[in-house]
Amino acid sequence: MSIAEYDYTIIGAGPAGMAAAITARKHGLKVLVLDEQPTVGGQIFRNIEGLEKYRNSEFHKLGAEYLSGSKLVQQFHNSGVVYLNGRSVWQIDRDLGIHNVSTIPTDQKSSVPQFCKTKNLLIAVGAMERPMPLPGWTLPGVMACTAADVLYKSSGMIPQGKVVLAGSGPLLLLIASRLLDAGVKISAFLDTTPRGALIQALPYLPQALRSFGYLKKGLEMLWKLRTSGIPIYSGIQAIEALGNSKLEEVRFKKGMKHQEVSADLLLLHNGVVPNVQISRQLACEHSWYDVQRYWEPIVDDWGNTSMARTAVAGDCGRVSGAVISEISGHLTALDTVRQLGAITLKERDKLSLTLRQTLKNHQSARPFLDKLFQPTQNLIVPNKEDVLVCRCEEVTVREIRETVRLGFQNPDRLKSMIRCGMGPCQARMCGLTVSEIIADEKQISPEEVGYFKIRSPIKPITIGQLAEND
Amino acid sequence: MFKKQYESHETVTIIFEGKSLDVGIGQTVAAALLGEGHLIFRYTRVSGKPRAAYCLMGVCFECLLEINGQRNQQGCMIPVSDGMKIKRQMPPKGKIQ
Repeated sequence: MSIAEYDYTIIGAGPAGMAAAITARKHGLKVLVLDEQPTVGGQIFRNIEGLEKYRNSEFHKLGAEYLSGSKLVQQFHNSGVVYLNGRSVWQIDRDLGIHNVSTIPTDQKSSVPQFCKTKNLLIAVGAMERPMPLPGWTLPGVMACTAADVLYKSSGMIPQGKVVLAGSGPLLLLIASRLLDAGVKISAFLDTTPRGALIQALPYLPQALRSFGYLKKGLEMLWKLRTSGIPIYSGIQAIEALGNSKLEEVRFKKGMKHQEVSADLLLLHNGVVPNVQISRQLACEHSWYDVQRYWEPIVDDWGNTSMARTAVAGDCGRVSGAVISEISGHLTALDTVRQLGAITLKERDKLSLTLRQTLKNHQSARPFLDKLFQPTQNLIVPNKEDVLVCRCEEVTVREIRETVRLGFQNPDRLKSMIRCGMGPCQARMCGLTVSEIIADEKQISPEEVGYFKIRSPIKPITIGQLAEND
Repeated sequence: MFKKQYESHETVTIIFEGKSLDVGIGQTVAAALLGEGHLIFRYTRVSGKPRAAYCLMGVCFECLLEINGQRNQQGCMIPVSDGMKIKRQMPPKGKIQ
């Protein structure tokens, strides 16, 4: 059987992936896009086509940024790209052989090729929420806050009962404001942003004013929240989810005082971090971004990583939101087009001039936002010893600390001793916390500690699927 | 915990734990189950405790279900289809708490 070969394979059909595909097609490349989700749009434009078609009034409620996605999706579909949805990439070889499977169990013997080769690769898999380990976060009824957004966009469902939001970050504000718009009664908003964060961020404000749109949007959301009449608690610490087989109560500390509110649903958020599973599996070099406390692949101005012919674009690099992701998708594709000889260096630079200017404008607010919404430190390393860090293998803070004290001081050695990071999520939910706990225990930076070595398969596959893969 | 704001334009029938459910087309298994009020997706292999879908975007692997006889399927990544048989993922016998 002949192996399918492409000039450019893009993983992820969010704003960055779609933009890159459009630009690459414009210059005649043979482009494949593999996306894990059932429909295009990534998380930000999730179910955009379904909403436009069947729930048009809600579609318009989601705001101008969401509406702009519709144009991008249309250009994407008309670009002549080969787009495969519902495909999970589980391994990428050093020579850019790409192994993938269908996410749909009944579809595993489909005719879609499960292996292909590509000249250049773009990783555009987006970001994920930073794990927010706290007592009781594995109880049914506790969810990541974007889960509420997913349910709203893809299924038209909204939370009911006693809904509590907790954490910090622009996304938490956005989701709170969406829920309010949808008529959800929020029982409590627990803001963990440390007092003083604003003062630390102030030096970056003048620069941020250049892209006033972001700040205006943020202020509007804050205003909506403040005037909504929902109970807002600021400077919150020591959040605990309590209940037997499901969430019943949320306990927290404000000042010196502990309080409880009863809850059916607790939505957590402590910022967004790049999804680095694929760039790590490929052994791209990563560096530690201390302000936001996450790893990001090291890239040049065009998104090229340390691995030849491999680039990243969008929030799986530095987390920057949909608009910047889209621009970075166009830019990285232009350089790929150049690498493959379809345009010259000069043409690339000329074609990217306007994009660079727009990018610069949009990026000016980021240092301010990143500083203002730094992840809350006491939510990164739980101060209670019996909190589960690794949800899959059920490993606690105590076990990790004790094992570090025994001398197992890097994530991989810990993994082989106590199985943290060995479950199906492959450290997506515990990796950052494990590095932070080791760093805390040794009083060094997570950068020195390092991260788990991410090995194939990065998505669980069956032995049968592995056997079929030749 | 969640309520539907509108009725879907088209439904399919899925079978969850032997019970037929008519659910809106175009959504994932996890969303459909939550919409029907089913919160618990699995009991863990280690402690036997109940777990529910957490992130709904393919990251956390908490919504692992048995779908059409295959274990370890991510409920949040798989769209519902007519006649789909879904079960909670159970640990080895005797572990459920």
